[in-house]
This record gives sequence, C-alpha cells and structure tokens, in this order.
Amino acid sequence: MITPFEIAYKNLLRKKVRSLLTLVGIMLSTWVLVSLFGFNRGYEAALNRDIENMGYQIMVMAKGCPYEAATMMLQGGKGLRYMEQSVVRDITKEPEVDRVTPILMQAYFDPNKGESGGIAGFYGVDAGSYPAMKPFFRFRKGGWFKDNAADEVVMGYEAAELEQREVGDFTIVPEKNVKLKVVGILERTGSQDDGTTFVPLKTLQRIAQTDQITTVGVKVKKDADLNSLESKLYQLKDVQVVSFSQVKQTIMKLVSTARVMVFSIAVVALLIAMVGVVNTVLMSVLERRQEIGILKTMGAMPAHIFLLVWTETLILCSLGGAAGICLALVFSRLTDMLARSILPYAPSGGLVAIDLKLSLLSLAIIVVVGLLSGLYPAWQAGRIRPLESIRGE
Amino acid sequence: MTMAENEWSIKARDLKRVYRRGSEEIPALDGVTLGIAKGEFVCFVGSSGSGKTTLVNLLGCLDNPTSGELELAGRTVFGSGKPLGERELTRVRREIFGYVFQNFHLIPTLTVEENVALPLAFYRKPGAEAEVERLLKMLGMGHRRHHLPGQISGGEMQRVAIARALVNRPEILLADEPTGNLDSKRAGEIGEVLQELNRSAGLTVVLVTHNPELAMLGGRRIEMRDGRAFEN
Repeated sequence: MITPFEIAYKNLLRKKVRSLLTLVGIMLSTWVLVSLFGFNRGYEAALNRDIENMGYQIMVMAKGCPYEAATMMLQGGKGLRYMEQSVVRDITKEPEVDRVTPILMQAYFDPNKGESGGIAGFYGVDAGSYPAMKPFFRFRKGGWFKDNAADEVVMGYEAAELEQREVGDFTIVPEKNVKLKVVGILERTGSQDDGTTFVPLKTLQRIAQTDQITTVGVKVKKDADLNSLESKLYQLKDVQVVSFSQVKQTIMKLVSTARVMVFSIAVVALLIAMVGVVNTVLMSVLERRQEIGILKTMGAMPAHIFLLVWTETLILCSLGGAAGICLALVFSRLTDMLARSILPYAPSGGLVAIDLKLSLLSLAIIVVVGLLSGLYPAWQAGRIRPLESIRGE
Repeated sequence: MTMAENEWSIKARDLKRVYRRGSEEIPALDGVTLGIAKGEFVCFVGSSGSGKTTLVNLLGCLDNPTSGELELAGRTVFGSGKPLGERELTRVRREIFGYVFQNFHLIPTLTVEENVALPLAFYRKPGAEAEVERLLKMLGMGHRRHHLPGQISGGEMQRVAIARALVNRPEILLADEPTGNLDSKRAGEIGEVLQELNRSAGLTVVLVTHNPELAMLGGRRIEMRDGRAFEN
C-alpha cells in the first residue's frame, strides 16, 4: 500500500526542474552554513594547536617591541628587538616558572627562495632547553644538535623539502654566506615550525654578531597563576610580556569581523533558500487545489493534507541539506584556501573542521528552518475545501 | 415512503441552499424532498443552473444546506440545527461515499494501482487492502496496474477513478458527470460499469449527467428545474 511519504516524494517528481532548483538552493545555503560552522570550530582549534605547539605559554620580549610582534613571530616574521640573555636567569627565579628557553630569531633575505626571493627564518635555540619544550617533535631523520656552538642545523619538514636537503647536506645562511650542516629533519607538524630552520643559539649569535636574544619562551607550571606571573615579569627591566592567551584573544578579535560577515552571508543564503522552499511548495499547493480537494473527498483530514505537504518540505530540506553537507566536505579545502586569502591571520593546519556532530547539527537546523517555512503552505493546503475544488472544475 | 428506516440510503426533507453575494440572495435549491433506497440507481438530469450539482453536493456532504434535513444510512447528518464542520463532513464522506467526477484527478506520478490504493493512505476500512486487487480485476484494469495515468486512455482513467472511489467499500457511489470528458463509446462503457456495480454489488448509485443515454440507465430519473426536483 502506498504511504503518505511515497505520495509526497512522488509529487515532488512532477515538476522535476522546480524541485531540483529548490534543492540546489538549499544545498548551497547548507554548504555555506556547514563551512561557516566548520570554520568557527576549526579556526580556534588550529590557533590553539599552533599555540600549544609553541611549547610555552608566555613570551618575554624586549620593551618597545610592538604587541602584534607575537603574531608576526607566529608567522615567522621579523622586526623584533633585542634584550640581554641575563633576563633568562631572572625569569627562572620565579616559582611559577617550569622551564625557560632563550631564542634568537633572525630573518634573512634569500634571493633563491620562490620566484623573486623571500624571507628565510632562522631560530637560534638552546640545545639543552629548547628540545625539552617540544617533546612532540618527531624526526624524519637525524636528531637535535648537541653543541650550542656547532655549525649545524635542524630543518623543518617543509624547509628541507623546499631546499631539497637531506641529513648530511649543507645549507647556506643567506646574506651571511655561512655553511651549516643538516643534522636532523623534522616530521611534518602542521605548524610554522615546518618552514623553520633551527640553529644552535651561540652559532646564530655568532652569525648575527650579537650576544643578545630576541625572546624567552616561558613554560608555566601546571595550575600556576598566569596573571600573577605576568605581573611579576613586567617588573623586569626593559621587557614586555606577551601571553598566548592574549595573542589568541587579539587574533580572535581580528577574525571576528570576518566571521560576522560570513555568518551574515550564511543567514541571507539560508533565508533565500527558505523563500525558495515556500515558493515551490506553495506553487505546488495552488496547482493542486482540485486534487487536494479530491483527496479530502476520499477521507483525508486537514491534518493529513498538512502532513503530506509538510513531508514534501521535509524531503526537500533533508535531501538538499545532505547534499550541502557532502559539498562542504568535498570542498572544505577550497573553503580553507578562501578563508586564508581573506583573513588577517590564519594558523597552520586545517581551518575548516567538519565532523559528524557538526554535520548533523547543520542538517537539523536546515530541516527545522525548512519545516517552519513549510508551515504556511501546509496550513493553506489543509484549509482547502473539496467543494471549492469541485466548483473549480 | 413506507420502507423501513434501515432500507434508506438517503432521505432528504425540504433541503434549501441559498448563496449570498453581498446583500443579494441567490436560491440554488428550493426545498427538495426525496428518498433514495439502498441499492437504487438514481439519475439526476437537468439544464445548467437547474440545481442538480448543488443538490448532489448536499447529498454527498460536500456542502452544508441553508435549511432542511438529511439522513444518510439512517444517520441524521443535517437537521440538528448546527452546520457540520469540515472534519465531521469528512468523517461522513469517508464512511458512506465514493465520488467520481468529470475530471479523473488521478495523480500522474502514481501508477494505476497506487492511484486506486490512494484513499487507504488516509482512511482504511477493515479488509480494504484486498479491494485494490479485486477492483482492478473487476474493472478490467489488472493488466494496466503498473502503468502511469499518462499511459492509459480516458475511459481507462475513469475506470481507475471508479475503482479508487470504491476501494473503501462505500455504501453510495456519487458520480457527477463521469462521462463528460469521454466520447460516446467510452461513455457507454462507463455507464455499463456503473450499472453492473449497482446490479451485482447492490451499490447505491447517484448519477448526475447531461448525457440522455446515460440517464436512461437508472431505475429512477429525477429532473431538476429551478432548484426543484421533479420525478417522472
């Protein structure tokens, strides 16, 4: 026996093009919605991942260094100021501090990088303390340098790929023309570390002709009061403190504008799709006035007709929503690229995180909004009286 | 009217229907009293505007009368004073009537079999499922069960519409101009089908028609003129 669901489904097949166009509208708005939700979740996760991969929660930098420098550092930028290495000792004294590591960052212009040259980032890191900050680093080949003054480097995965270097090869520091031996190549981390070349601290200081450092990475003890430590670190001479929670807040503020814009687009797209649903279903009801009247002579109650028409909306929204989710999954990489091109700062790794829970949530939103849109046409259909339809003959 | 109460399919007393257009009152039915016994085949004839469709709409519970009484299968439907709401009318319709109209109103995306079974999606008398098969065979549409309405002739479409009207085993079949869209040969075939249903199944048939040949099929012929019923 035929069920009301089959009747509704087969009715949608009557005007295939119209039903298809409505489906496409719902599909596109679902795509936007799912991608937006995916981005909302993915961006913050990627940012947290990046910050976690730093290995420390606080950076101490020379005073006068612009606040956004932290962001620049995350990106492997340059333009940082210098401070005395003795500050490391002062920071270590604080009881909240678990570990510290001094860092000297240098950026040199490499004319061979890319088509018209580019900046090559070098991290001068302490052979003793820095690897302990990054216990999650895995080596594709080789390992850390042991001597802080050795003419050696450890290359990130992408840096090694780009320069086609293997362990045992030599790499040149641009501008300075210093040859350093590659002793280790890291596995891909999905962070900015992939594009970085790590040099023993004293070696980079020698190359840069300085005995100073740019940054101190501070790992705080578990459950320690971050705010209290920050206040104490601010008492140190000529330094400024940047905690990554602050950095995250700043970046999230910058990104929120873009999120509001995209969210507005998603809402408009959703509204347009739902107007399409109302139009399609209402048109279908008006075209079938006589037929609906005849269904009532057969014994269909107003609630039967209401549910029949509502089921059509449900089918349209479920199919369109499911197709939109598939589209969002298939094109998540494209969305990722698009987001990267418009955002002020994009962390490494995937920016759009779509999982089953998020997909089901989006589908539920589309179906609920669709069913709300379908209320009016369904109510109109339920009110049709058989006599009116027969008179219409 | 000396028959026992349970032998009547329809009993109407002084049925009136007045339509209002602004302040103007248009009487469409002017006090019709009649009775149709169970198993009767009654034809209503008359010119356009004579009131035959209005009467059949009232008899078939598709509309409320302005005044008068109506009993269907021993049950008072109109006459208690309060007009019936759409739900109540639907309940009466699905219990008692099967309807056939000039336009077949088959759903084009459903097969012949699905169209016949369509009323069962909303209301199902016990054992009605078996009727689909029986009616398809009886009306000679068994071999067309998987065809879509667009793939069968007008006469066949009306047979499907008749089968659909009968699937819930109604007491009364109400056919309003069922041959209006058919040529004379097909119209004759549909007339024979209605006659056969009346004879073999004891179905009460109420037929409204312009077709004089079809009007001769019934045992009774009621002519409508100016909203009144005249029986030869």
